Amino acid sequence: MRHLLSTKDLARDDAVRILDVAEEMAATADREVKKLPALRGKTIVNLFFEDSTRTRLSFESAAKRLSADVITFSAKGSSVSKGESLKDTAQTLVAMGADAIVVRHHASGAAHRLAHAGWIDAAIINAGDGTHEHPTQALLDAFTLRRRLHGEDARGRALDGARVVIVGDILHSRVARSNVWLLATLGAEVHLVAPRTLQPAGIEAWPATVHELLDDALATGPDAVMMLRIQRERMHDAFFPTEREYARIWGLTAERFAALPADTIVMHPGPMNRGLEIASVAADSTRSTVLDQVTNGVSIRMAVLYLLVSGTDGGRA
Amino acid sequence: MSGILIRGASLVGGDRADIRIADGSIVAVGSASAESGDHVIDADGLVALPGLVDLHTHLREPGGEASETVLTGTRAAAAGGFTAVFAMANTTPVADTAGVVEQVEALGRQHGYATVRPIGAVTVGLAGQQLAELGAMASSRAQVRVFSDDGHCVADPLMMRRALEYVAAFDGVVAQHAQEPRLTEGAQMNEGPLSGELGLTGWPAAAEESIIARDVLLAEHTHSRLHVCHVSTAGSVDVVRWAKARGIQVTAEVTPHHLLLTDETARDYDARFKVNPPLRRAEDVAALRAAVADGTIDIVATDHAPHPDESKECAWSEAAFGMVGLESALSVVQHALVDTGMLDWASVARVLSTTPAHIGRLAGYDRPLSVGAPAHLTLVDPAASRTWSPGELRGRSRNTPYTGLTLPGRVVATVHGGVPTVLDGALVDAETVAAAAGTGR
Repeated sequence: MRHLLSTKDLARDDAVRILDVAEEMAATADREVKKLPALRGKTIVNLFFEDSTRTRLSFESAAKRLSADVITFSAKGSSVSKGESLKDTAQTLVAMGADAIVVRHHASGAAHRLAHAGWIDAAIINAGDGTHEHPTQALLDAFTLRRRLHGEDARGRALDGARVVIVGDILHSRVARSNVWLLATLGAEVHLVAPRTLQPAGIEAWPATVHELLDDALATGPDAVMMLRIQRERMHDAFFPTEREYARIWGLTAERFAALPADTIVMHPGPMNRGLEIASVAADSTRSTVLDQVTNGVSIRMAVLYLLVSGTDGGRA
Repeated sequence: MSGILIRGASLVGGDRADIRIADGSIVAVGSASAESGDHVIDADGLVALPGLVDLHTHLREPGGEASETVLTGTRAAAAGGFTAVFAMANTTPVADTAGVVEQVEALGRQHGYATVRPIGAVTVGLAGQQLAELGAMASSRAQVRVFSDDGHCVADPLMMRRALEYVAAFDGVVAQHAQEPRLTEGAQMNEGPLSGELGLTGWPAAAEESIIARDVLLAEHTHSRLHVCHVSTAGSVDVVRWAKARGIQVTAEVTPHHLLLTDETARDYDARFKVNPPLRRAEDVAALRAAVADGTIDIVATDHAPHPDESKECAWSEAAFGMVGLESALSVVQHALVDTGMLDWASVARVLSTTPAHIGRLAGYDRPLSVGAPAHLTLVDPAASRTWSPGELRGRSRNTPYTGLTLPGRVVATVHGGVPTVLDGALVDAETVAAAAGTGR
């Protein structure tokens, strides 16, 4: 594995390996000295063209725990906002000695372009590109789910037979796309729920069962329900009429939460709109993995950085 | 008087004949002998076509000289076998006044590589709010007959109706860029399974088809002439076919790239494949080819759209729409339509010369390759084959989508009004062409 750009092209063995390495990384978090020397002398650049405090902090934290040098480059107020191109920015960072670039970009495909256009030679990690993919989010979701399902026996296992319902704005969600491909690769049974206005073209060919109504999907008795953040602006583009109607039909309300099987977990990539896509009683329950997901995010990103960067023997001459 | 003698060319793919050119006209076809001082071209194995006419070219001048100029664009045209191009109005300033169109026309005449016929904007600044002075442009030295807001759709149905009616007074035609703006807000590529997977905002076929359907009904209602730019979907072909069957005065064009490439090219997010309207499904490509073959689509036009490297070497959604096409058009048409047996060379002459000239009311192309006609012609070696690269381009920009493909055919010579612009497969230099054009030869 040279880059991590999407989960679509991630092989099952590679995915399980990342999850297993993340387990090792998680174990180090319980030690007195949390730092590992694995990436000493390596330089990781966080290149963020889009604001995302939690993802940026998670990657920074992961890189620092592996003893890498971290440079965070925020496009706002930088040369990028003065018209410097993605290509020039990336070439500049590589010239400064970056071994890996963690890139977050508002345009779909930006990470793919950096990896394949021939502009630069560095490992590229996609930290979210437009409405395309967010592979480390899907990996940390899979990690969280695997731990909840298999506990201490999680290592080496996939998610065969797990039933996962993903609800919300599938059309604009990179989290949904990455989760669909990864969950399917790991053997899970995926159910997607959204009004037709928020379903992407061609969704019928995805490895998932598509529902228009949340209650139909919940009737399948899922192991996990993943609520996606819904952006309030969407209703101005006629994707749905009002927040109230959205919450009533597609929200995980207190009533729906109460009716779920007792061991169904509730996931959310954050940040949450309480009262819109998720009721507080669900978000705050012990069956919610929202904070686990944040913690696990650091372990997953450590694993990804370790696997992609430590292999670049000796770094750049 | 010295001229040019072309020996043994296959006339639009048929019988072999000699062609002699003198004083800007064809003076003999059949068996001719060289006169003293004649430049002799051995055309053994070459097909003689009438000079190609592109009804849809972006020359970028004035305002976009970093991408293309009238000179560089007409050099690209000549290299591709074209002797006339219709220059789209979306320049800076917009070609919405007599002054701008006269300037562009004059630049073409001065350089001499091809006849440049400016297209006038339908609305002031392409903004869709107020009709431009269509009459002033029509009666200017540029003699504008084609009006288009290309790049933008004339979306307001009332504005479209009025434009269709108004240009009839000067035998004009409105060339519509059919794109319903609300249905394509932020659109990046064909709406389909791949746009859903790649997370790129879709450009649905219905956004093109609904405008064409509306416009053919308006053309019928107003008894006006409508031209549809760059038809890209099978559904659009059905609408045009229906309209023609009803006797509506509609003509339609397709680009070479829509005859060859599909939306699958977006998979790598390489913005060289980003174009508007977007590349569509393989089924659409097949329907477009069939529509050219059966005459539903009247012409092939390039939509040559030069852009500098930096407008393409970026993330897909930040890149400019468009691809260059003048140099490659004939090769792509040969590949997609001739070599597949769907079109003969006489039909190529129709879709790339006679009919576009007729739609644009460009004189001198109605009696191709006949004695007395102006000497606009091109000689093509159909047996040649090239691995395409930006090195084949002769304009100022490099945004070709065909790099790496093997394409058939090669333009060996182009003659514009008796002036050779390409000889032995190479452009004649600018000074020679301008001097010859200036003397009226």
